[in-house]
Amino acid sequence: MSGNARSNLPSLALHVPEPRFRPGDKVDYSHLKISRAGEQPRPDEQCPAAETHPLCLDLVRVLDDQHRATAPWDPRLDADTLRRMLRAMALTRAFDDRMYRGQRQGKTSFYMKCTGEEATSVAPAMALAGDDMVFPSYRQQGILIARGYSIVEMINQIYSNRADKLKGRQLPIMYSAREASFFTISGNLATQLPQAVGWAMASAIKGDSRIAAAWVGEGSTAEGDFHSAMTFAAVYNAPVIFNVVNNQWAISSFSGFAGAERTTFAARAIGYGIAGLRVDGNDPLAVYAATQWAANRARANAGPTLIEHFTYRAEGHSTSDDPSQYRSAQEREEWPLGDPVNRLKQHLIALGEWSEDQHTAMDRELMEQVKVATKEAEKNGILGHGLHHPFHTMFEDVFEELPWHLKEQSEQAIHERRVKWPEWSEGWNQA
Amino acid sequence: MTYEETPVSLAEAPTRRLNMIEAINDALDIMMERDPNVVVMGEDVGYFGGVFRATAGLQKKYGKTRVFDTPISECGIIGVAVGMGAYGLRPVPEIQFADYIYPGLDQLVSEAARLRYRSAGEFTAPMTVRSPFGGGIFGGQTHSQSPEALFTHVAGLKTVVPSTPHDAKGLLIAAIEDNDPVIFFEPKRIYNGPFNGYYDKPVEPWSKHPDSAVPEGYYSIPLGKARIVRPGHAFTVLAYGTMVHVASAVCAEKGVDAEIIDLRTLVPLDIETVEKSVEKTGKCLIVHEATRTSGFGAELSALVQERCFYHLEAPIERVTGFDTPYPHSLEWAYFPGPVRIGEAIDRLMKA
Repeated sequence: MSGNARSNLPSLALHVPEPRFRPGDKVDYSHLKISRAGEQPRPDEQCPAAETHPLCLDLVRVLDDQHRATAPWDPRLDADTLRRMLRAMALTRAFDDRMYRGQRQGKTSFYMKCTGEEATSVAPAMALAGDDMVFPSYRQQGILIARGYSIVEMINQIYSNRADKLKGRQLPIMYSAREASFFTISGNLATQLPQAVGWAMASAIKGDSRIAAAWVGEGSTAEGDFHSAMTFAAVYNAPVIFNVVNNQWAISSFSGFAGAERTTFAARAIGYGIAGLRVDGNDPLAVYAATQWAANRARANAGPTLIEHFTYRAEGHSTSDDPSQYRSAQEREEWPLGDPVNRLKQHLIALGEWSEDQHTAMDRELMEQVKVATKEAEKNGILGHGLHHPFHTMFEDVFEELPWHLKEQSEQAIHERRVKWPEWSEGWNQA
Repeated sequence: MTYEETPVSLAEAPTRRLNMIEAINDALDIMMERDPNVVVMGEDVGYFGGVFRATAGLQKKYGKTRVFDTPISECGIIGVAVGMGAYGLRPVPEIQFADYIYPGLDQLVSEAARLRYRSAGEFTAPMTVRSPFGGGIFGGQTHSQSPEALFTHVAGLKTVVPSTPHDAKGLLIAAIEDNDPVIFFEPKRIYNGPFNGYYDKPVEPWSKHPDSAVPEGYYSIPLGKARIVRPGHAFTVLAYGTMVHVASAVCAEKGVDAEIIDLRTLVPLDIETVEKSVEKTGKCLIVHEATRTSGFGAELSALVQERCFYHLEAPIERVTGFDTPYPHSLEWAYFPGPVRIGEAIDRLMKA
C-alpha cells in the first residue's frame, strides 16, 4: 500500500528479539544488573502485594561474594540443614549425570537434566511442608530427591521397566508421586498452574492448612494457562506459590521470546495484584528464604506469591538437544551468579562446617549411591529389553472400569501377540 | 457407587412436573446436599444463578465457597477443576455455552482425560463439565454448536446428552458420582419443552410430556445405558438430545413403526441395545444436529455396519447438520428437521 496519502509517515518495523550471543560469540554479561547481597528489604509476610513490587525488579540475594549469608533475607538455617540441602543438590546432580549417560548408552529413550538449577527445586522443597502439594514442570527432580523419594523408583520410571509405577505409559522423567505430594507431570506446558490454583482453592474451601506450589519455566509463562492461573489465584486469594524458573532459555529460544526484553517475570505479578519476588536462583539460601516468605504468607491467608528464580540452564534442553547450535558455549562459564552447589559448599566451608575433603568424599559416596540404585533398577529391566508391564495394562486406567470397546481392543492386542509369538502366554512379558 | 442404599423404586416414588432446567437444578441440589465435596462454579452461576437459571438458589443454600462465580476463562475453570479433583473435591464446572468450551480443551483433553492413565490411578479427575449445547434457538454461530464428536474422540472422557427432565436429573447425578471426567451436554432447545422440529407450530411445555414427571429425591440413571423411547420393527433410529424428539415427531407424522433409541451416553456407548435393535429391524437411521463430516454419526454408522452387516437390508442413513458453521438467519435450512429426516425415512421404507 505504498504511494498513498500516508507516505509521509515512517514505515513500521517488526521487532524480532535476538539473543546477545550466538555460537562462537564472546560473552559479556556486563549488561546484567546483579544486586548486592543483603541490600534488598524483606517486607512483612502479610504486607499488601504492592509493597513487594520493588522486589520484582530487584534480585533478592543472601550469599555475598565472600560466601557469607547476609540479612535481612538470611533464613538462618543450622549447619545440619545446610548440609542436607547441599547433599540433596549434589545427589540431584549426580543422578542427572548418571541418567544422562544411561540415555546415551541406550538404556532409555530420553532424559532432561536440571544442572545449574538444583537450588530452584531443592531449596523450595525444604522450605515447604512435606504434605504441601507441588505441581512441577519436568525440571524439578530435585523436589523428589529433597523429599527423600526413592531414586530406584525414579530410575524404574525412566527405564519404563516392569517395576515402573506408571506402567511404562509415560515418557521418562514425567514422574507422579502422590505419596511425596508430587503431582503427575504432563508434557503439556503450564497446564499445572491453574491446577495448582484449584488444589489450593480446594484446600481453602475445606479449611485445610496445606498450600500448593507450582513450577514453570520462563518460556511457558507465555501460555494462556499462566494468565488464567494468575487471575484465579488473585481473585480467590488462593494459597499458592508460583515459581517461574527463568533459566534464560526455552529450548533454542532465549527469554526475549517470552517478553524478557521489556520487564522481569516477577513483574508480571504486579498487574495481577499479587506479591512478587525476584531471587538469585543460584543462591540456595535466597530461594529458601523467598519460599518460606511466600509459604508463610499463603498459610496466613494473605494470598499467592509469584517468585522468579533468575538462573541459567547450564546444559542442553534435553538429550535431544544440542545447545552449541544456538548459543555461545561461554555463556555457562561466564554466568555471573555462579553454580548453586558450589556456592552452598563455599558457604558451609566459610562457616567452618564443611571442607573440600568432605565434599569430595560426599560426591564419591553419592555417585556410588546412584550407581547402586541404577543396578537395582536395571534388574527390573531397561527400555526395549522386554522386562516391562504386561501389555494388557495399556488399556487399564483410561477409565475407572474397562468399557466394552476397550475390552475388545485389549483382546485384539493379546491376539496380535499370539500371532507374532505363537508361544506367547499370559505372564510372559517378552514383546 | 458411593452410596449403599436400598434401591428406590421409581415407579412408586412421588414425582413432580419439572422442566429440564428445574430437573438439573434439583440434581445439583441433591448432590450438594449428599456430598460436601461437590462444588459448583462457572461464569454467572453464583449469586445470579446462571444465565439459564440452572444453579438458581444454590449459592444461597450452600454458601459462596461451594457455589461461586468465576472469571471469564474456560481454561481457568477447567484447569482449576482438575486441581480441585486432585485434592479430593468433586467439582461441577459450568461452561456457559458448549461453543465456548474450546479455550478449556487442552485442560480437558491433555489433563482431565489422561490424569488417571498417566498417573496409573494416583490422581483422578472426578469432575462433571455441564454445558448447554445445540441449536434451534437462533443462536447463530457461537450459541448453537454441538461439539460432542470432539469429546467422544478423546480417550478418557465420558460424554452424556440427556433428552428429558427425568433423564437429565438421573444422568447428572450419575455423572457427578462417576469417578471419571464427564462432559454433560444439555440441549438448551429443550430446556423448557420437548421441541419436535416443527418450528412453525407452537411448542408444548414439558408439563404436557410424560417424561417431565421427575421422581423426588435421589436416583441415578447408569451411564452407558440407552433408552428405548419407542419399540418398533420398521427401522432403528439412533438419536440423542433434541433430535430424539424431532425424530419421534417425524416418525409419528409418517406413521412408521420405528424403534427409537435415545443413546443418552455416547461414550461409553450402549452397543448391546444398538445391535439388538438393528438386528431386529434390519435398517438404521442416525440423526444428530452436529455437522456431518467426522461427526459422532460416522462412528455410529461404522459400528452398525461392522457389527450388524448381515442383518442390514438398506444403507445406513445419516441425517445431520450441514458441514457449515451454524448460520443465524438460515437456521431452519441448516437444522436437520422434518423434511430431511422424512426423506431419509422414505428411502429406508422403500429399500
